[in-house]
Amino acid sequence: MQKITRETLIEKANELLSSGKVNRVLGWKKGEFSYDVTPAVFTDVEQMKKDFVFDDFSGANFSKYLIKETRKEDAKVLVFLKPCDTYSFNQLLTEHRFDREKVYVVGIPCDGMIDISKIKEFAGDGVVSVNTDSDNIKVDTLYDGVKEIAKDKILLERCVNCKSKKHVAYDELIGEEGEILDGNRFDEVAKLESMTADERFEFWQNELSRCIRCNACRDVCPACTCEKCVFGNPNSGVENKSPANSFEEQMFHIIRAFHVAGRCTDCGECSRVCPQNIPLHLLNRKFIKDINEFYGDYQAGEEVGLRAPLVNYTKEDLEPSEAVNREEK
Amino acid sequence: MQRIGVFVCWCGSNIAGTVDVQKVAEALRNEPGVVHSANYQYMCSQAGQELIKDAIKEHKLTGIVVCSCSPRMHEATFRKTAQAAGLNPYMVEIANIREQCSWIHKDMAEGTEKAIVLGRTAIAKVNLNAPLTPGESPVTKRALVIGGGIAGIQTALDIADAGFYVDIVEKKPTIGGKMAQLDKTFPTLDCAACILTPKMVDVAQHERIRIFSYSEVEEVKGFVGNFDVKIKKKARFVKEDVCTGCGLCTEKCPQKKVPNEFNLGMDNRRAIYIPFAQAVPKVATIDADYCTMLKTGKCGVCSKVCTAKAIDYTQKDEIIEEKYGAIVAATGFNPISMDKFDEFAYNQSKDVITSLEFERLMNAAGPTAGKLLRPSDGVHPHKIVFVQCVGSRCSSCAEKGKEYCSKICCMYTAKHAMLTRDKYPDTDVTVFYIDVRTPGKQFDEFYRRAVEEYGVHYIKGMVGKVSPEGNKLIVQGSDLLDNKQLKIEADLVVLAAAIEPDKSARPLATMLTASMDTNDFFTEAHPKLRPVESPTAGIFLSGACQGPRDIPETVAQAGAAAAKVIGLLSKDKLTGNPCVAHSDEMMCNGCSSCERVCPYGAITYADKEFRGPNRTTLIRRVAQVNEAICQGCGCCTVACPSGAMDLKGFASKQIMAEVDAICK
Repeated sequence: MQKITRETLIEKANELLSSGKVNRVLGWKKGEFSYDVTPAVFTDVEQMKKDFVFDDFSGANFSKYLIKETRKEDAKVLVFLKPCDTYSFNQLLTEHRFDREKVYVVGIPCDGMIDISKIKEFAGDGVVSVNTDSDNIKVDTLYDGVKEIAKDKILLERCVNCKSKKHVAYDELIGEEGEILDGNRFDEVAKLESMTADERFEFWQNELSRCIRCNACRDVCPACTCEKCVFGNPNSGVENKSPANSFEEQMFHIIRAFHVAGRCTDCGECSRVCPQNIPLHLLNRKFIKDINEFYGDYQAGEEVGLRAPLVNYTKEDLEPSEAVNREEK
Repeated sequence: MQRIGVFVCWCGSNIAGTVDVQKVAEALRNEPGVVHSANYQYMCSQAGQELIKDAIKEHKLTGIVVCSCSPRMHEATFRKTAQAAGLNPYMVEIANIREQCSWIHKDMAEGTEKAIVLGRTAIAKVNLNAPLTPGESPVTKRALVIGGGIAGIQTALDIADAGFYVDIVEKKPTIGGKMAQLDKTFPTLDCAACILTPKMVDVAQHERIRIFSYSEVEEVKGFVGNFDVKIKKKARFVKEDVCTGCGLCTEKCPQKKVPNEFNLGMDNRRAIYIPFAQAVPKVATIDADYCTMLKTGKCGVCSKVCTAKAIDYTQKDEIIEEKYGAIVAATGFNPISMDKFDEFAYNQSKDVITSLEFERLMNAAGPTAGKLLRPSDGVHPHKIVFVQCVGSRCSSCAEKGKEYCSKICCMYTAKHAMLTRDKYPDTDVTVFYIDVRTPGKQFDEFYRRAVEEYGVHYIKGMVGKVSPEGNKLIVQGSDLLDNKQLKIEADLVVLAAAIEPDKSARPLATMLTASMDTNDFFTEAHPKLRPVESPTAGIFLSGACQGPRDIPETVAQAGAAAAKVIGLLSKDKLTGNPCVAHSDEMMCNGCSSCERVCPYGAITYADKEFRGPNRTTLIRRVAQVNEAICQGCGCCTVACPSGAMDLKGFASKQIMAEVDAICK
């Protein structure tokens, strides 16, 4: 696949900004370190030339930012969306969360983003910079000098199990269009399902006990877009509670998984941003797997206006007893 | 802070027998908000209600909790009591310490403890209650009757006679239903057509009844008093208002080989047909599956012979939309398929027939003009075996039959046996039965006559196998009273097939949100006290769609359903339920989840202006609930991802407070 460069995207943005088609650009910029790429809003091309970044760390999904950006005065927003991001984009449109007219989508191809945690695991402490110019990633470390590793060894989990290289929404496409993939994204869930209840409890207890309730998963999640989150609502009684005991930790994530069930597109942002490396995507995938098995394959965000099985009723819907007795089959 | 009064009822010994009511009243006195607590022998009695009223005034109560029986029993009573004392009726909560406590516990200590918890739970809820005022909705003074058999006909006539408009929707080209196919009716043996067809004519001529024949209900929306119904009038390719019913087309049509469903396929009709001579409306219908003109575009004979110019090959299905205040289901029954009963050789021999087919063979308007002849060779049968309970009371064979008793078979089999012996004394008749069930006025006398006066052989036992041999049928069965196996050479075998609800009932029930039992019979709101109402308000039940029944029972129930409909339609306004959904616009995301799950179409969206940061305004899409349409089912509250939707009187907070109170 021909690699799309930072310059290509800046050029595209410049064209759209100067023609007046858009007046804001959602893009990535450098953080404290070269691998800390973060989302940013640009209003002119000079700014972009200075700060705009597009490399293998440009993982952030911009769909959710559109809610806030399109609400700004006279907003016409250019957004770069990778294939997986377009599913979140469609899901948010299904939920009427922003005005499609105010957005110009440039679809960009993606051959996988890389995971800094995996790099740190490989290279040890003291990662100074990461060079992603070729498929062999060069990691410069403070203590051991430059180390090389193949990109496919350090992909983000969601990219290892990529569900689609095809964009389901765009106004314009840069680069080649890909296909919807048959990933193995449910293998890990199946493994959890095959555990005994005690083993599974222990697994999650171990994972979720690391949670520090930083709310990053909620803040980044494109399905978590409530005007007022219960965890931020003083009247709800559960506002900004830090976990007092292990039960609460589990409940927060399980409640959130229920909250996004049927709307989660499996974009994997929750696991990407979790500073504690909790595999939160597995909770969501369990729901997706169950929905697929109970109601037939369903991919949230595949089209705008899809009726999710959980908020739909058909005569063919399974009976509760069928779900309960599934294990015995 | 509320000022709550707690009233613990003894219900005689019903509650006080297993619950220490004194202790409950004392324990609840210390709950937050409670300022008064009392107990009394019968809280629902006049004296009990006075006690509540006095306490409300004396202690300036703002809410009350009555610990008594199920709210289904007396919630309305105590709400009225509170209202009479000047309290909003929705400030009353019932703690069910009878059905859910005293009746199911034996141990006094346990029962008392649980009653205290239940009382505490209700108190926790009342603390968060707010006064509610119900809205009103108008009543459309028109009823819809679905099904045009004797049940639907009787219901429609009774409603229309009371002065209300009624529409009948019948899926067949004519009304009349199963009764029109019958020959004689038990126990008086009057001819079915003679008593039914005048009623059909009454319906046709009634100024307040419209018949939509060859039509089906397509969609039902709305709620009691205000149903919006779409009816699909299927194309019959004949202009109903032009056709005179002369029948010339049905004689000239060259397509002669169409199985005649009115005679259960025992003879043929044409592709254009009038089901039977007394059909209402008496209008021809073209069967699109067989009409050569519709299939190939070549023929047009009916159009040529029709002097009234009623044929219209281009007719399309038509959707009629109408508003109704009440809907009556009268979808009736069918005999079950005999396909799975191989042992009776129904599919192997034409001379094994069902009772309904026998009915047509005996009928003067039937395929044999009323002469009892064998379907296979047209010869008069001299030995007939009737088999009862084919597929009825079939607990071991649930996959092919029904567990219930079909109720009408014992009587019609006795009728068939008697009529056969009466008309053809040379024919020998044997009936195999499990039990003969004849409860009903003049029923047992009727059956005794068949045995004693007409010499019908009744054998207690089941038939195991019927096998065709030459032009005979070998019936193997057991005589349980004589304890021996029998082998009978019969000319004709008649199976009393079990009956089941019509297949259209299940999808209809879904449209009506009316509940059904596992056999697809409609369930009634109360099996004894509300037998003709569905639990869904505004939906009523008439005839065999609710359970197996004979003609007298059907007519009685049809009248009862009509009386309930008349009671509803004679009201000008219905008081609504104030426990409806509402949306907190500050929290609403406008995502449409609630709209999608709302079964009543009560939710719409509006773009509203909100204050944004830095003196800006923000336009957001938010949900709005039409309180007249909302039925308070609460689907939206659980579908709402942001928690903006809530139910008045059953707010999430109130329910959480109840759960907390239980878990305390």
